[in-house]
Amino acid sequence: MLRYAVSRILGIIPTLLIIITLAFFVIRLAPGGPFDEEQALPPEIKANLEAAYGLDQPIWKQYLRYLDGLAHGDFGPSFKFKDFSVTELIAQGLPISLSIGLSAILLGMLIGVPLGTFAALKQNTAADYTTMAIVGLGISVPNFVVAPLLQILFGLKWRLLPVAGWEGGEIRYLVLPVAALSFGIIAYVGRLTRGSMLEVLRSNYVRTARAKGLPEYLVVWRHALRPALLPVVSWLGPAFAFVVTGSLVVETVFGLPGSGRYLVQGAINRDYSLVMGMIVVYGSLIVICNLIADLLYGWLDPRVRYD
Amino acid sequence: MTEVAARGLWADAWRRLRRNRAALFAACFIVLLTLFAFVGPHLSPHAFDTLDWENMTVGLGGPDNHWLGTDRLGRDLFVRTMTGVQLSLQIALLATIVSFVIGITYGAIAGFVGGRLDDMMMRFVDVLYSMPYIFIVIILSTFIDRANIFALFAAIGAVGWLTMARIVRGQTLSLRNREFIEAARAIGVSTPQIVARHIMPNVLGPVIVYATLTIPQMILFESLLSFLGLGVQEPAASLGSLITEGAKEIESAAWMLLVPGFFLVSLLVCFNLLGDGLRDALDPRER
Repeated sequence: MLRYAVSRILGIIPTLLIIITLAFFVIRLAPGGPFDEEQALPPEIKANLEAAYGLDQPIWKQYLRYLDGLAHGDFGPSFKFKDFSVTELIAQGLPISLSIGLSAILLGMLIGVPLGTFAALKQNTAADYTTMAIVGLGISVPNFVVAPLLQILFGLKWRLLPVAGWEGGEIRYLVLPVAALSFGIIAYVGRLTRGSMLEVLRSNYVRTARAKGLPEYLVVWRHALRPALLPVVSWLGPAFAFVVTGSLVVETVFGLPGSGRYLVQGAINRDYSLVMGMIVVYGSLIVICNLIADLLYGWLDPRVRYD
Repeated sequence: MTEVAARGLWADAWRRLRRNRAALFAACFIVLLTLFAFVGPHLSPHAFDTLDWENMTVGLGGPDNHWLGTDRLGRDLFVRTMTGVQLSLQIALLATIVSFVIGITYGAIAGFVGGRLDDMMMRFVDVLYSMPYIFIVIILSTFIDRANIFALFAAIGAVGWLTMARIVRGQTLSLRNREFIEAARAIGVSTPQIVARHIMPNVLGPVIVYATLTIPQMILFESLLSFLGLGVQEPAASLGSLITEGAKEIESAAWMLLVPGFFLVSLLVCFNLLGDGLRDALDPRER
């Protein structure tokens, strides 16, 4: 197990290196640069700016310099947010994005798992069909529709919660963003749990547990739940990617100062270093999440063997 | 002796699909909405980009034949939504076809050749897979002229082939060493013939299912990108850009969000239902 974990952790490095390299060269090869503005700058000033940011050097030199900076935890200066380094920008926004994203995943699990278990226990009844219809809807309704709908209902119609804003992270302002983000997760987790729970409930050891007279809740809680959670655990990696994508939307709709918006703004402004920084940080987080999911899987399922 | 008529794969699948009422309903809805999206705008006296200064921000069933109301600039929402459905469907179809062609070719080569080439090709897919799709799309959108939306979505389709390639490779790999392929080889059938007659029909089922499920994904990506301001540009309208405009007006004009939102969600639900139905029909082992 330990050897497996170490080899997987080392395996992250080449994956990240490929991602960084691909992103770096694709972005640099794109036509247009960060200093091409509507009103063209005088060529001398543009040349000076490019020299200041090292953009006048050959691309392989820029690449090596970027890698060298990364190794020291330096993402370089932002081209558009003057006076800010990319590290500062991401360090401001990332905790906000992460706390919203992780809360959404947690909420999704807390609701989705019981929902799926419930549907599986009531298989082929009206309760099952209703739950699954709602779940199907949850998978199809994108969060850029859910988020404004929540704003209309809870913010404008019933006036229960603030429509948008941040206010230093007051809980009231976080309820709707987290709910909007967790909507899709609840649906996915519910569907996954139902499927695997149905399979587990048909297995021999569950039949044994029932035969020896255990009450149904104990059969589910003690015997069925853990193996039924395996597909949910292995979905954690993709769930994180889902939350990253969703945070772009949710932060826009609710006006939150998270880091998701930098990805879009950076792409529109051709702020190379900002986009690269976001890709490196989010990419590493996703790769790490996938790793954690795999290790958790092995811990939950003793049948998995590592060689 | 009674003769039993042999039922082919497709006849069998069609029989199973016909019994799935949700999938049939979804298919009918998609066909009807598609037809209506192309016919509907001609029934209305308005064009998608004309401004009606007399009727700005009117609600559902508004005056002057504004059946679904108008937006902030007095543009007819019915016509805009229908042209939005047109655009979203066209883009999704284009992207799906691109991902289809690349995915099948890539997957079939990796699966059929096997060995080191297969390892390398699949390792590359794994790396791309570990990134959220949206990253790749955002990087690509810096590359491509935003005015030409079709070029952008051909490019998105070009990244969307990853799952398709995996499915086709897996199928090809598992079929390659099966007895019936060996039998075909033994009686002297040539390799292209084997691929065409024996491998392709078996690969086609999952591929059709996945293609049906790719269309709603592409609709969703187009809408997401338009929502983020990276997709369709004014005055053209897609479902995503209409939802963006609507989301800004929820205080005064909720219908501007609800109308395109309704069509987007019902399209997505129907494509997903149809895809699930096709999966059950074409691949009963998956159930």
